[in-house]
Amino acid sequence: MKESLKIERLEKIAETVIGMDVGSTTAKLVVVENGEVVYSRYERHFSLVRQKALSMLGDIKEHLKGKKLRFAISGSAGYGIACAIGIPFVQEVFATSETVRAMAPQTDAVVELGGEDAKVIFFTGGTDERMNGSCAGGTGAFIDQMATLLDVTPTELDELARKHRRLYPIASRCGVFAKTDIQPLLNQGASKEDVAASIYQAVVNQTVSGLAQGRRITGNVMFLGGPLYYCRGLRERFKETLQLSDEAAIFPDYALYAVAMGAAIYASTQEVITDIDSLEEALSRTPRTESAAPAHRPLFANDEEYKAFTERHARASVDTVDISSYEGDAYLGIDCGSTTTKLVLMTADQKILYSYYHSNRGNPVEIVRSQLEEIYRLIGDRVKIAGAAVTGYGEELIKNAFHVDYGIVETIAHFTAARHFNPEVDFILDIGGQDIKCFHIANRSIDSIMLNEACSSGCGSFIETFAKSLGYGAEEFSKLGLLSRAPVDLGSRCTVFMNSSVKQAQKDGASVEDISAGLCMSVVKNAIYKVIRASSADELGKHIVVQGGTFLNDAVLRSFELEIGRDVVRPAIAGLMGAYGAALYAQNRIQKDGKQTTVLSREELAAFVHTSRAATCRGCTNHCQLTVNSFGNGEKYISGNQCERGAGISPDRIVTLPNLYEFKRQSLMSLASGEGKRGTIGLPLALGMYEMYPFFHRIFTELGFRVVNSGFSSRNLYMKGQYSIPSDTACYPAKLMHGHIEKLIEEGVDAIFYPCLTYNFDEKMSDNHYNCPVVAYYSELLRSNLDSLSRVKFLYPYLNINDENVLTDGLFAMLEEHFERIPRAEIKRAVKRGYEAHKAHMEAIREEGERAMKFARENGRRILILSGRPYHIDPEINHGIDKLALSLGFVVVSEDAVPTDLPPRRLTVLNQWTYHARLYRAAQYATQHADTELVQLVSFGCGIDAVTTDEVHTILEEGGKLYTQIKIDEITNLGAVKIRLRSLIGALEERADTEAPLECTYTELEEGVHQ
Amino acid sequence: MSQKKVKKNQAEQATYARFEPHMKKDYTVLLPTMLPMHFSMMEGVFRAYGYNTVLLKNTGQAVIDKGLKYVHNDTCYPAQLVIGQFLDAIESGKYDTNKLALVITQTGGGCRASNYIFLLRKALERAGYGHVPVLSLNFSGLEKGSSLELSLGMIRRLVAAALYGDLLMHLVNQCRPYEKNEGDTERMADKWTAYLKNELHCGRLYKDRDMQKVYPKIIRDFASIEVEHRSVVRVGIVGEIFVKFSPLGNNDLEKFLIHEGAEPVVPDFVGFCLYCIYDMLMDYKLYKMGGKIKAKGAEIIYHYLVRRQRRMIEAVRQEGSFNAPTPFDVTVASLKGMIGIGMKMGEGWLLTAEMIELIEHGVKNIVCTQPFGCLPNHIAGKGMMKPLKEKYPDVNIVAIDYDAGATRVNQENRIKLMLANATPVPFRGKHESMPEEKTAQQAPIAEEKTETKEKELSKV
Repeated sequence: MKESLKIERLEKIAETVIGMDVGSTTAKLVVVENGEVVYSRYERHFSLVRQKALSMLGDIKEHLKGKKLRFAISGSAGYGIACAIGIPFVQEVFATSETVRAMAPQTDAVVELGGEDAKVIFFTGGTDERMNGSCAGGTGAFIDQMATLLDVTPTELDELARKHRRLYPIASRCGVFAKTDIQPLLNQGASKEDVAASIYQAVVNQTVSGLAQGRRITGNVMFLGGPLYYCRGLRERFKETLQLSDEAAIFPDYALYAVAMGAAIYASTQEVITDIDSLEEALSRTPRTESAAPAHRPLFANDEEYKAFTERHARASVDTVDISSYEGDAYLGIDCGSTTTKLVLMTADQKILYSYYHSNRGNPVEIVRSQLEEIYRLIGDRVKIAGAAVTGYGEELIKNAFHVDYGIVETIAHFTAARHFNPEVDFILDIGGQDIKCFHIANRSIDSIMLNEACSSGCGSFIETFAKSLGYGAEEFSKLGLLSRAPVDLGSRCTVFMNSSVKQAQKDGASVEDISAGLCMSVVKNAIYKVIRASSADELGKHIVVQGGTFLNDAVLRSFELEIGRDVVRPAIAGLMGAYGAALYAQNRIQKDGKQTTVLSREELAAFVHTSRAATCRGCTNHCQLTVNSFGNGEKYISGNQCERGAGISPDRIVTLPNLYEFKRQSLMSLASGEGKRGTIGLPLALGMYEMYPFFHRIFTELGFRVVNSGFSSRNLYMKGQYSIPSDTACYPAKLMHGHIEKLIEEGVDAIFYPCLTYNFDEKMSDNHYNCPVVAYYSELLRSNLDSLSRVKFLYPYLNINDENVLTDGLFAMLEEHFERIPRAEIKRAVKRGYEAHKAHMEAIREEGERAMKFARENGRRILILSGRPYHIDPEINHGIDKLALSLGFVVVSEDAVPTDLPPRRLTVLNQWTYHARLYRAAQYATQHADTELVQLVSFGCGIDAVTTDEVHTILEEGGKLYTQIKIDEITNLGAVKIRLRSLIGALEERADTEAPLECTYTELEEGVHQ
Repeated sequence: MSQKKVKKNQAEQATYARFEPHMKKDYTVLLPTMLPMHFSMMEGVFRAYGYNTVLLKNTGQAVIDKGLKYVHNDTCYPAQLVIGQFLDAIESGKYDTNKLALVITQTGGGCRASNYIFLLRKALERAGYGHVPVLSLNFSGLEKGSSLELSLGMIRRLVAAALYGDLLMHLVNQCRPYEKNEGDTERMADKWTAYLKNELHCGRLYKDRDMQKVYPKIIRDFASIEVEHRSVVRVGIVGEIFVKFSPLGNNDLEKFLIHEGAEPVVPDFVGFCLYCIYDMLMDYKLYKMGGKIKAKGAEIIYHYLVRRQRRMIEAVRQEGSFNAPTPFDVTVASLKGMIGIGMKMGEGWLLTAEMIELIEHGVKNIVCTQPFGCLPNHIAGKGMMKPLKEKYPDVNIVAIDYDAGATRVNQENRIKLMLANATPVPFRGKHESMPEEKTAQQAPIAEEKTETKEKELSKV
């Protein structure tokens, strides 16, 4: 910072004024004398807050000697020390405002990004200060995490970003979502430059949607905080997104010190006068307070326990054979995971010849290439690679690049390996870098699969990132955990929360050992209670195998055993199980198939080149962003496509299987708009309107209105309405509503209609027939948050759609107010037509459902009930999952297309929502048909699905079916979805192989009911 | 929906342990804590009617852990806490689980909360206590055969407990921030809670007439607490019913605010009960559901309760030392079309109405509490911030999410930001306006009519 900086407001202050800002990761200090900033410092504190404050003051001790001081502290980690040493504390956003008012009063808004906080302050038009809520991505910590993922420093990330050519959509809401977006991009060969810039763009989007909440960030905008000071690429993204001119975008050189300066300004208004000696004295007094954070028991009570533990686990090892002397066949297994690439070369008697485990540094193709080269070098002519299989995120890319014989889904690979160690295994838990996978085994086949979702994120890379941020290596950090006497309890929800839990623990004086152990406990608890959802060890199983790189950490392993109160098996090759399983699979299959391996030979490998470029698919209106990988020999591998067309397959070769999602979409779009003698009414095609459209379309058409809808959603449509979303944790289908309304307004409709419906249609299937609160009352929120709605008539009456007369009255009152009077009788007639149209629509869906299932049964196809809500057919909401399922060979049926004449089932929940009652019914149907599977779509943030998922799970499990849940949000990576669907198929095939017939028949279940 | 129809439609529910009448004799019945003073007095009532109730006081990490363990973690925080509290108590070994029953409230609305009882039963099953019966406390006719049977006399005494509770809550909040001798207020509150609990238990002091005699005594007693006359920031607390009221749910929010030198203003519990009754009226008014007779019945109860609440408020006003709470009908009227009165899930329109009422009575700083991912609060809470700030530019609202994973540091930092921007007001500065009694006499149905009209007009 320029030392000549002046804070005019402090000119008249006789004493030396010091402002200190202790944020989540850094501490800043400014010293002001006679209004002039004479000294400033910016340093990382590695959570040693008190010590850092002491040393920073120590550095200028000579200068301050004997002076009268006014001192104030600010920042999220500063409150504790401020209280402890009796110095005024000022909240950091408040401090920022003070600085801006003093230094740049022409500022209209401030965007400030910190280590773990994001803030927006509006000055013009009513001061409003906002901080990120509890669900927060886009912060400095997030950028750091992403840089780690790309294996670059934050500075390098910035350099990369400024050379980008295109942007990919990346979710920044939370680290998990972002990682699942970024990893496949990298694995598919997207350039680091583009990914880096896309990460910044995600931060911008998160700030705009999460904090602006209905207010536009315009005028003179000042950008503050570390990330915005250091990352020029990030600045560019902000400027471009907010459409700011060079003059309007203010990047002051005191960006890092704004809070500290604010604290100084605040200090000048306080009465406390102190001096350096008493400050130092206060700061050095009892630096460690008694830990207030709740603690777990230590991982090991004594050395004996530790010894027994290590000895027990040393037993689960695999024999290795020296690669330089072995002769004969070998099998190669590759696990191209999300963050690491693993290779295993195995002898014919399943001993390990060679293994490799390393971060894939964002370029798995190159790693596999060099490893293959290395293997060829080591084996000479003595060993023949007789077969190979690949698994993991990069499976298809690697399979295509190196002509690997088999590609298998991860779950099957892990199961194959675990079974090798313990044939009786009945539960496998795999915690990798950023995935948690677990599955039960019953009848020697996979029974149910659970993967981690957002809000259940804590995995291995999380511990690693933490270790780094505290200045430790991952291994060193985890070893410290073993020594902890009192592991801190850090909660288990999400990484953002965990960060602040750690902050709090440190404030309370917890040691690094205790934090390390605490983090391990958190990861374990997260896996058990969030992902597996188990409440006791017995629910897991008797023969538990744990694996994945994270379990190589003894502290994690021990925490897990302590938490479930049972010993488990951790193979010594825990990190290599996927690759080892793939090798086992390759051996088994290639012998069965009796074929020759196609893996690139030594010579072919020498000629191997790999390039990738970005492209946009023109196959349909979806315009998927493709990555085209070329391998030098004219071969290509295309990824990013949602359907076969993008892969370059000509449309006539694609088999069209019945798809109820498509059928429903088409039947909505086929409704023509009539004459508009009374005006045009726009119906937003979102939330409940997805089902109500034929109903209200007919009513208004009958009444002589022209009825238009807003069409299906798209990313652009979402962006159009993003600025007015007040609650960032609402579900994506609700957030899309804003864009639909904007679109209808743009189209110039006279009125927009989305009624408030406390009650949905009573389908006589449930105890009550509510809508969810969001579907029911979203109009109230729209009216209050969309200024543009003042330009049209917005109709959102409270209606009872189950009573013809009451509905008629409601519509009559509404129309009378806004349009020329329409006779009640006419409305009643229209309402009658509406009911007919609704009935016909629902029946058409059921008939088509019947037809689709008949087709499936005649053609030997599996039926997949893609079970969600009516609005889940929207291509932007489901991200093309229906098409993906089709491409995997399923006939896709929706939850409202299954027969309704099932006997009622016992439920253990209050069945009170119309849409949700269908889920239970659909699940019940699936349990009664061997050829029918059910996958539940859950929108992130859907509170009600917390109730329904457990119930659907129970229904399916009791009926001997696999339960698969797919959580979808703003951005969903289809790669992960594909793994789940393929795991499902893989498990089904395993089941078929082991001849565990699905014995649950219709009659049996009925008996159960009558018992 | 009529009872007959329910039977036809209702899928057969799973079998679970039921509370049989004979169990009253020797079963211990556990009550979760939401409002410590209110529920303590209610406990006295339940005991008077033969239920051997115990009000749970266990808190802390163990409760949260039990909740996380046995309840789906995406379920709202209150469910996790309530169920966690039960299981923590059951597993404490203090009770014979073969002679134990639990009570949980059920509102029957379209929010997840109506499912708590099922989540609790599931949790009990998983924890190996499937044999422990759960009683539903509701007024919607749910859970026939396994609900707490309420006689008229019992309801009258419960109403008294709620009114006393509200009064004590208001008085405590207006004394504690100012007390000269720390602990005076709490001692006073404990004294009265114990006294009234005993009176209600013995069947005294629950009649309107008797209560009117006790109110002034209580108020005068609190007014005698020695206080410092200083300016403070007054902060309203609104939000989801459980995290708004329960110290366990909101990390002792009231205490934190007092520690920061602020005075908490908490809209009362009876208001929430009135809101539930009002919603029954609205079902008839808006949808013609539930039948005219039921609506009429609800209306009578509504007026009865409003009248009873007004008596308590009147007593505070007459004594003159304290700010009087706002009568419910005034709260309703303050809504003025900000949100539709049909928005009835969760705390629904009441949440918005309470914010407006607070602002209009000079409480410009508000903490809006909600469990993480609370659906109705997307609309009635966060969704209404923009129009509220437009209409009242000087308000200072902060929405705080509560959750097992959320940390106190983050919550408190955001509340501190709000406090930093707040302006202190003079000691017990009087409310700006105190509306007259007459609005209470208007029928809410008629009232709503004009209101909707107004709302519709304001839209055009």
